[in-house]
Amino acid sequence: MFLYHLRLALLSLRRNPALTALMVLAIAVGIGASMTTLTVMHLLSGDPLSGRSAHIYYPQVDATPADWHNKYPLDMMDYQSAVDLWSAHRADRQTLIVNSQIKVRAPATNLPPLMLNMLSTTADFFPMFDVPFAYGRGWSAQDDANHARVVVISSDLNDRLFAGQDSVGQTLRLRDSDVRIVGVLAPWRPSPLFYDVRGGRYANGDTADFYGKPEDVFTPFNTGLEINDGNFQQFTCWHMPDKPGHLVNAPCVWIGLWVELDSAAKAADYRSFIANYAQQQKALGRFAKTDTRMLDLMGWLDYNHVLPRDVKLQTWLAFAFLAICLFNTVGLLLAKFLRRAGEIGIRRALGAAQYEIFMQCLVESGLIGLLGGIGGWLLTLAGLWLVRTRPTPYADLAHLDTSMFLITFALAILVSLIAGALPALRASRIAPALQLKSL
Amino acid sequence: MQIQPILAALRRHRLATVLIALEIALACAVLCNACSMIADRLAAMHINSGVDENALATVHLTGYDLTKSADVDARALAALRSVPGVQSASLLYSIPFGLRQGTAGITTDAAGQHFGGVIEFYIGSPGSLRALGVQVIAGRAPQADDFHPFSGLLPEEAPIQITQSLAEHLWPGANPLGKQIWLDKYRFRIVGVLKNLVRPDPPGWPANQRQWSVFVPAQPGPQFTGSYLLRADPRVLPRVMRDALAAVAKALPDVVIDRDNSHTLTELRNSVFRNDRAMAGLLVGVIAALLLVTALGIIGLASFWVAQRRRQIGIRRALGATRGDILRYFQTENFLIVTFGIVLGVVLAIGINLALMKWFEVSRLPYWYLPVGAIVLWLLGQLAVLAPALRAAAVPPVEATRSA
Repeated sequence: MFLYHLRLALLSLRRNPALTALMVLAIAVGIGASMTTLTVMHLLSGDPLSGRSAHIYYPQVDATPADWHNKYPLDMMDYQSAVDLWSAHRADRQTLIVNSQIKVRAPATNLPPLMLNMLSTTADFFPMFDVPFAYGRGWSAQDDANHARVVVISSDLNDRLFAGQDSVGQTLRLRDSDVRIVGVLAPWRPSPLFYDVRGGRYANGDTADFYGKPEDVFTPFNTGLEINDGNFQQFTCWHMPDKPGHLVNAPCVWIGLWVELDSAAKAADYRSFIANYAQQQKALGRFAKTDTRMLDLMGWLDYNHVLPRDVKLQTWLAFAFLAICLFNTVGLLLAKFLRRAGEIGIRRALGAAQYEIFMQCLVESGLIGLLGGIGGWLLTLAGLWLVRTRPTPYADLAHLDTSMFLITFALAILVSLIAGALPALRASRIAPALQLKSL
Repeated sequence: MQIQPILAALRRHRLATVLIALEIALACAVLCNACSMIADRLAAMHINSGVDENALATVHLTGYDLTKSADVDARALAALRSVPGVQSASLLYSIPFGLRQGTAGITTDAAGQHFGGVIEFYIGSPGSLRALGVQVIAGRAPQADDFHPFSGLLPEEAPIQITQSLAEHLWPGANPLGKQIWLDKYRFRIVGVLKNLVRPDPPGWPANQRQWSVFVPAQPGPQFTGSYLLRADPRVLPRVMRDALAAVAKALPDVVIDRDNSHTLTELRNSVFRNDRAMAGLLVGVIAALLLVTALGIIGLASFWVAQRRRQIGIRRALGATRGDILRYFQTENFLIVTFGIVLGVVLAIGINLALMKWFEVSRLPYWYLPVGAIVLWLLGQLAVLAPALRAAAVPPVEATRSA
């Protein structure tokens, strides 16, 4: 029966090629627009650490003076609090992070010096965030303690300096210090760059920069602080530091702490641990407040409104557009089905049930949806290509994955079935007698 | 033209009429809001920077020891000034549309109780404010003895120039000259008012805060080094910029030129607003596609109605209706449907605008957009229906005698 419906549908679509083309085009354009924006949304709002993110937390304590009226603890920590909490080792894994810009040279090459982003962190960073290595590995906790002069570099930097060869054991000069390469990352592109997300509430919706690439240079925390002293940027300060760029023990927040807690019980324990820490610091007179907070990774991203506002706006716009295309298709299908009132009347008179007519019309609109889906898929590819040509930090991420490819067709067919349902119902209710009389 | 029979006919096609009216309503709502958003973006892009952008460029150096700043700055400035065509070279921290180096929250009292907002501190060496071409509208420009070296983040006590927009925010209606602002222990006395001086990153700020800047005079030192402002005739600026980068690279081979931040101010302005430009372009595209789809929908439905009513048209023609009567019938019918759509659309447009204002910080829809949007849709409807209506008018009276 389905094949019979399909054959009739094909016949009918071929009868008015212009009208068919119009409907297919409308669906294709609507699907193309909404799938392009939906794919970008999907890529930007995904879980950067799938499966693990529920166990990753961002603890916060509040070291600001009493006359600072912040609702929540600030987005980063002062040196003392961050190092205290980290060295307590109360979580399954914990890592400190601080970013800075540093001058990088490879003495083995004669390339001009580069200014690159450096992440100074601790040994747990690599296993905690599933960072993939191409060569070598991360450093050890012992290296952290020894302020070892070691470095891990990104695959991009390895390509630039060493043409992608295994560069483990080579020397890099960071500012004025020589460091030994112990690891080279495989290409790694978390989206967003979750561990560096902060201050999103002040970004006024312009959060595209959260989707940039990871740092090119990773050093042990203390090593980084030593070799790049004077070049650190505060998140904010409540008094100006005496020596700009040197923030250890300055009244500034500039360090992030991430912890991994593998169970809810451990998370609860850690919460009371930081609460106790704040109480204790207040008793010591170092803190004025005892507010603490610990969001999990996705909660933290949410709090920072990582999804750029323009992306959300574009998605709404695309769906409004799809709705207009939908109304358009409903109108045209209605016209098309009712125009065949005579034919439907005959079929009904010859014994076709209302249900048969309804199915016939739905198959026809589903077919239009399928054709529109193919067009929409091509337009989505074109739309994503357009996104890739734009100079946004996330441009290189815009590709259609399998799930979004399937959703394209599912959405196209769904839209066409929704569009077809009402006209199909109308067509199936045509009274045969009236039509036969006018033949 | 009688409207009664048209309404009666439309009542027979309630579903299709409602559909097309809904489509037009949605189109009207999206059209008005999209136009308003385009206007917002364009207004943001055309912000008055207050500086002579097309005559200015910046070179940014990094990757050297700050204790050697005096030597680096001296050699860099000498190299820049030696480039033919350079009218002036000076140091400037924070560059309009470029690198942001002095964003901080200020207070209007020494105790730090009265928060004045987050503003941009432009720190400039002698000659930089004049090179920028900023207009001083009250008080005075910096004098030679205003410029002092400093070792902290900013000069400790400096006479500064403030933009009129910031002055009006801090002390509404009052004369800002002689007033003071504090940043922690740093105290600044206002000696001049600037007409405009845009922040480096205006899109990141609410519209009324985009000019909140002050100019702080200072002498170069370890905390104020490596960021240069060049002024040249706009006609030769691109060439000057190329030569300047080459000259600096030659004079200071060990220093890193931060090429991402070394551009003409025109280039920097373009890149600051690239997102707004892309969004405006996208909105124009959506509007065009939307109008096209709507027009095609009207054409499709009108063609169907014309085909369906051939016999009735024939009868009317046989009874004496002119071609003009038939033409006007379909035109009036379209006008009525579009009008229903517009009435709904206006309500929808205002509703969507309220939602957008709440969630996306879009500005209020100017009310004159609504009648303009309505006129556009009326015209679109009339244009779209013209071809089917002409076909209807061409139906011969003899059609009345044929069976459907």
